[in-house]
Amino acid sequence: MNHVSEEQLVLFYYGEQAEPAGIESHLEECEACRKEFRSLQLLLNTVNSAPVPERGPEYGPEVWKRIEKHVGRGRRRVFQWWIWAPAMAGLVLVSFMAGRLSHRAVGPATTVATTSTGSSDTASPANPATAANSANTKFRERILLVAVGDHLERSQMVLAELTNAPNGQGKLDITDERQMAADLLDDNRLYRQTAHSTGDTAVASVLDDLERVLIEIAHSPTEVSNVQLDDLRQQIENRGLLFKVRVLGSKVREQESKPATDKDRNSKKL
Amino acid sequence: MEVEAGGAVERARSGDSDAFRLLVEQHSRAIFRLAYRMTGNEEDAEDVVQETFLRAYKQLDKYEARSSFSTWLYRIASNYSLDLIRMRKRHESKRERGTEEDHRDILQSLPMDTPGPDRLMYGAEVKDKVNEALNELSAQERTAFVLRHFEGLSIEEIGEALGTGANATKHSIFRAVQKLRRSLEPLVGPAR
Repeated sequence: MNHVSEEQLVLFYYGEQAEPAGIESHLEECEACRKEFRSLQLLLNTVNSAPVPERGPEYGPEVWKRIEKHVGRGRRRVFQWWIWAPAMAGLVLVSFMAGRLSHRAVGPATTVATTSTGSSDTASPANPATAANSANTKFRERILLVAVGDHLERSQMVLAELTNAPNGQGKLDITDERQMAADLLDDNRLYRQTAHSTGDTAVASVLDDLERVLIEIAHSPTEVSNVQLDDLRQQIENRGLLFKVRVLGSKVREQESKPATDKDRNSKKL
Repeated sequence: MEVEAGGAVERARSGDSDAFRLLVEQHSRAIFRLAYRMTGNEEDAEDVVQETFLRAYKQLDKYEARSSFSTWLYRIASNYSLDLIRMRKRHESKRERGTEEDHRDILQSLPMDTPGPDRLMYGAEVKDKVNEALNELSAQERTAFVLRHFEGLSIEEIGEALGTGANATKHSIFRAVQKLRRSLEPLVGPAR
């Protein structure tokens, strides 16, 4: 008589066995399997004794208090990123055209102010096209940075895990890291392309480097030898990637925590 | 599928933060329990709860009503907990050696003629040992096991939530049960 396998018993315990009646009748007849099932029940019932600290009815309102101040910000950000992207592209184009026209109208003296993002705060209010261009550029950069923030945090985790993984005997299982890298790739492509198209070359460059390494990780075997692991680390280190991602990540968070300018606030009400 | 009070999800999706507050109040305790079982400590569990709701709020547009809102929250909480556990994985090898030694110490300190599983099962030592055993699972195994065993999600739902598929989830759960059995063998008896 074939005994019931451990896997079948586990599925039976959780009510996920395709033919429970067959298992039931076998358990009635077979003492060995019955004993095995009782042992499994005891094990899983014992696991239930793992304590979880209780949280009272006031816990929900407490959690809300903690997140309340972040809630409005987060949702608007994501909503605007997707919904207003085409509009932003239009604004960028209009700003660019306005900048070009203003160059022609007022001559070379204003060129630096209209083309330099860093000087946007000093743009002359007497030139509306220049001011609009600066405000739009600023807003555009802010949206991109915020969207990239979460992505960078997750990427940093993958890179840090591989960089700090201990070299040992035998192979190292990097299934989880591979999966995370694969998950991150699509987002990374989107952010990199957006950064390129919006002229955020610094962000685009880091994302470009990150993408190459994510591809390597995602295409690595699930178990890597020390040599393969060192190779991955080398690629991360040669590009100074972990450092760059950390720096960019902190800049993003810094930008996020800065209060929006009046122009940003007005834009967010759109 | 549960129905959220007063269509709170729909209202929250249209930007009503009061509706989202209701959802936070309704689901916080369940997410905390899940997060605690996943991470094994209160500090991380609190972090997971907070981050879960912030991410949920940001991603409300992506929520599809074909799964229940609580399952969707579980998915976010599980994935974030997975990230947290993985991040700490690099420290585990150091801790593991210590844990194994401590583990042996505890076993050796138990009296040989213990008064039976019933008393032990509710003892503090058993609870500690169960926690230790859960800590020895990989992130993936622990997540799949917690969602199946404690939260009652089906294997298919877990596979979907974690993006791993039903087969991989099933194997994660089997491996988790086998590891738990090995760790808790002195209490519950050997596998055949």
